[in-house]
Amino acid sequence: MAQYVKKDDDRDEEEYSPFLGIEKGAVLQEARVFNDPQLDSRRCSQVITKLLYLLNQGETFTKVEATEVFFSVTKLFQAKDIGLRRMVYLIIKELSPSSDEVIIVTSSLMKDMNSKTDVYRANAIRVLCRITDGTLLTQIERYLKQAIVDKNPVVASAALVSGIHLLQTNPEIVKRWSNEVQEAVQSRAALVQFHALALLHQIRQNDRLAVSKLVTSLTRGTVRSPLAQCLLIRYTSQVIRESSMNNQSGERPFYDYLEGCLRHKAEMVIFEAARAITELNGVTSRELTPAITVLQLFLSSSKPVLRFAAVRTLNKVAMTHPMAVTNCNIDMESLISDQNRSIATLAITTLLKTGNESGVDRLMKQITNFMSDIADEFKIVVVDAIRSLCLKFPLKYRSLMNFLSNILREEGGFEYKKAIVDSIVILIRDIPDAKESGLLHLCEFIEDCEFTYLSTQILHFLGLEGPKTSDPSKYIRYIYNRVILENATVRASAVSTLAKFGAMVDSLKPRIFVLLRRCLYDNDDEVRDRATLYLNTLGGDGSVVETDKDVKDFLFGSLDIPLANLETSLKNYEPTEEPFDISSVPKEVKSQPLAEKKSAGKKPTALGAPPPAPTSTVDAYERLLSSIPEFSTFGPLFKSSAPVELTEAETEYAVNVVKHIFDKHVVFQYNCTNTIPEQLLENVVVVVDASEAEEFAEVATKPLKSLPYDTPGQTFVAFEKPEGVPAVGRFSNVLKFLVKEVDPSTGEAEEDGVEDEYQLEDSEIVAADYMLKVGVSNFRNAWESLGPDFERVDEYGLGPRESLSEAVNAVINLLGMQPCEGTEVVAANSRSHTCLLSGVYIGNVKVLVRLSFGVDSSKEVAMKLAVRSEDESVSDAIHEVVAN
Amino acid sequence: MMEHLALEFRNIQDRYCTVCSSVASEFAPKTKAHKSSTDNNLYQMESCPSVKNILLLDSEGNRVAVKYYSDEWQTNSSKEAFEKAVFTKTQKTNARAEAEITMFENNIVVYKFAQDLHFFVTGGDDENELIISTVLQGFFDAVGLLLRGNVDKKEALENLDLILLCLDEIVDGGIILETDANVIAGKVASHSIDSGAPLSEQTISQALATAREHLTRSLLNV
Repeated sequence: MAQYVKKDDDRDEEEYSPFLGIEKGAVLQEARVFNDPQLDSRRCSQVITKLLYLLNQGETFTKVEATEVFFSVTKLFQAKDIGLRRMVYLIIKELSPSSDEVIIVTSSLMKDMNSKTDVYRANAIRVLCRITDGTLLTQIERYLKQAIVDKNPVVASAALVSGIHLLQTNPEIVKRWSNEVQEAVQSRAALVQFHALALLHQIRQNDRLAVSKLVTSLTRGTVRSPLAQCLLIRYTSQVIRESSMNNQSGERPFYDYLEGCLRHKAEMVIFEAARAITELNGVTSRELTPAITVLQLFLSSSKPVLRFAAVRTLNKVAMTHPMAVTNCNIDMESLISDQNRSIATLAITTLLKTGNESGVDRLMKQITNFMSDIADEFKIVVVDAIRSLCLKFPLKYRSLMNFLSNILREEGGFEYKKAIVDSIVILIRDIPDAKESGLLHLCEFIEDCEFTYLSTQILHFLGLEGPKTSDPSKYIRYIYNRVILENATVRASAVSTLAKFGAMVDSLKPRIFVLLRRCLYDNDDEVRDRATLYLNTLGGDGSVVETDKDVKDFLFGSLDIPLANLETSLKNYEPTEEPFDISSVPKEVKSQPLAEKKSAGKKPTALGAPPPAPTSTVDAYERLLSSIPEFSTFGPLFKSSAPVELTEAETEYAVNVVKHIFDKHVVFQYNCTNTIPEQLLENVVVVVDASEAEEFAEVATKPLKSLPYDTPGQTFVAFEKPEGVPAVGRFSNVLKFLVKEVDPSTGEAEEDGVEDEYQLEDSEIVAADYMLKVGVSNFRNAWESLGPDFERVDEYGLGPRESLSEAVNAVINLLGMQPCEGTEVVAANSRSHTCLLSGVYIGNVKVLVRLSFGVDSSKEVAMKLAVRSEDESVSDAIHEVVAN
Repeated sequence: MMEHLALEFRNIQDRYCTVCSSVASEFAPKTKAHKSSTDNNLYQMESCPSVKNILLLDSEGNRVAVKYYSDEWQTNSSKEAFEKAVFTKTQKTNARAEAEITMFENNIVVYKFAQDLHFFVTGGDDENELIISTVLQGFFDAVGLLLRGNVDKKEALENLDLILLCLDEIVDGGIILETDANVIAGKVASHSIDSGAPLSEQTISQALATAREHLTRSLLNV
């Protein structure tokens, strides 16, 4: 062995690399030794290693080079050295030869497959199956079937794993191996059993009955390998998922098996089983308990991986069953100081989800220490969790808002600061009490904010919210400081904000004008222009005192035309004598931006809890509807429902409906998508039969002129209904249209079309459509302030229910109201529950509901419903909804 | 007149900007770019435990040996970017006594360091962490056995053939082949002579290989 002199300098270390200065051309030259008549196995091995090194470092061979290497490598099958042969196998797999090249090695590999040396057999199978195509497979099928039941586990595993890969390309052949695979499942070798089970399940996965049988027989028997056991657990939960609907009252099938796995000796299996239990559909707290217990033990493990796995799973459980996880809170708190920051962050966010109102302050103290030493990406996760906590316990807004403003002052990157600002803005919107303090925190932040984007965002927001506060004047200083201190973009934005204060608050107007006049001498033209515009329109000359409503609308009202349309119009506008006319911009929305496509199948990541959906859609709907002349007389929009699908997934035409509720009208907005590239639909309407909705009378329809492929469009139908009455009914819908064939190559539609229609599912107007989900920050205060004048109390029997929480959710959905103070979550095993709801009923009547539930041993649920509202008839109406 | 026109135009632009910012201020939730889920190699993802890649990097984040089983990373540059990012993220942690774990771009990365070598195994975010960790431990220990305890970059590069064979024996196309370090090392080290080969064909190097195998065996039996 060579003696190396240790050098201190690290960089000289590189010199020892056997691959130093390696160069592709030279190695390819070296590869000629493969053609020597007297093979030097050791040298050949070295050259292959060099080739593999190059490939591994990302070097690529040209087609010619690869072919050349491949051909010379095939010569090496003459050598009898096992080590060299192994390297030959490796390089063949790496070169992934084309099918005409494969033929050259096929016979050599087939010979190896039948060799007496097990190492050859196993590897030859893997290589051959990797590079082969379907035609060759039939030739070697016989050998593969034998290999599957070979007594050498390495050979059997090689054949089984190859089978799993081949099943994707040649399923019909692999499916013929079922008998052999089944035999291999009984193998004594642990990994053979694992691979056989995986393959057998994949062969049968479309046959539910067969999978169920497989699971039934194996869960009784003995599965040796922990990996195979994990597989079996996954298959078992799959079977449970598919069969769970059948027997509601009795024991869940196979639950005992899963629970038994919690006592397995391998941690891998214990964890897999615990995770499977937590993910069961509608898991009960009794079923959860043993799984939570083992996960809790893992929390104090010395292995970081185990702690991480456990805390990540508990974090997920906390989203749906916060009460079940509270037992782990003490262990969880000690994890806040975990070396591994991923674990610490997961622990914190879990605690934030499970914590109760009284523990918030203590928790915040711990988090404050923790925040200073984690990376930004983790901080963002914590900020998100704190925002949802604050929305859950609005009474605690003070300490949470303080926390947010403290961390806002500390160092941090843009994404992190943006997350904090976003959170504060959401809290200001949703918790009225938090508005003033929140705005001041934001003002302080922009005093020393290095991000132009955030400064302009906050200034814009200040302009909207500031004038509505009790003392708008205190914000002026912060805003005018921006005009003095910041860059042009921020200055321009500050000028707009100042003007908004001036327009909205008459008492401040003279002072605002003074400030705006100073901006006329700014060195940036945008700032000067804005100041000029505002001074002139708001009457800065001192002539007009009262600001005209039209001017306000003109300056600060929202633009009622789609931005995309305005953009195209402006682009098409050629500078001529004729001024640009904004009314010439089409108001019709071309594409539906609100139809958010859910990214299918992707679960939210564990670290990033999904933030609440923005509530801005209502504004967008209102803008859209008021731009349609037929509907502009309907008055203010009360509520828009979430889209309800009227077609199955993957049908020719996808249609969903959004219900817009007005005082005296209901508008159905049908969002249609044409999924056939060869068709263009014209004059699309939905014909609605309202015979089962007696109180509704159709007043207007707005057809969709044209619906090309994959571009969503809308058609509307409006109904009149008695004012203030929560009329309900069922509507049947038929889509009618003119179909025109489209030549997909040119995209041109034919002249003539054919009338056609398409049956859609029924839509319904229900009582909950007349209720807006509006939360209150302090339910007790709100309840007291409404007073008992219009209180209506009654008791109802809900009959036997699956569980208390199911009954609670059913009533919440029926009423369509906002649960307050986290009372929609029912504690595990509790026999009674009180749920607080708030909402605004049509006609802007505030409604509060206190629901008391009780359940007896036979699962009969009884409910006491107490309603308080500003209007007696509304209180009665709520009772009617429940009574029906 | 022109001034008025210009003002009006400016006004439109201005409102355009205002609307832009108000649209931006809707604070829409960040939707992570949806990664293509057409991982052909990982079709069995749903039920069969699978590994997305195994990385062996040096103390500066350079490749010693890597193997990708998922086509989530199509090009060499995307692979290198992933390696760089994972390396940077884990660099400052102490993963020497026990394997450590982190989440990264919807993947679980389990890792362990020895001298100037950094071992990583990546799996999907719904994979059982302990399975990924078992694969890492198998790889880590097998390399330890094959390098006779001298687990450092120099030794690894000098025995790169063993490392590559080791990777080949642990995972095949994403499916776990073997996790027991002794078995893996045993399979890699079985450089014995083909029993069918005539003795005369044995060269010095083969004899050396045999000797090496005996050495490894005796080590394994300890």
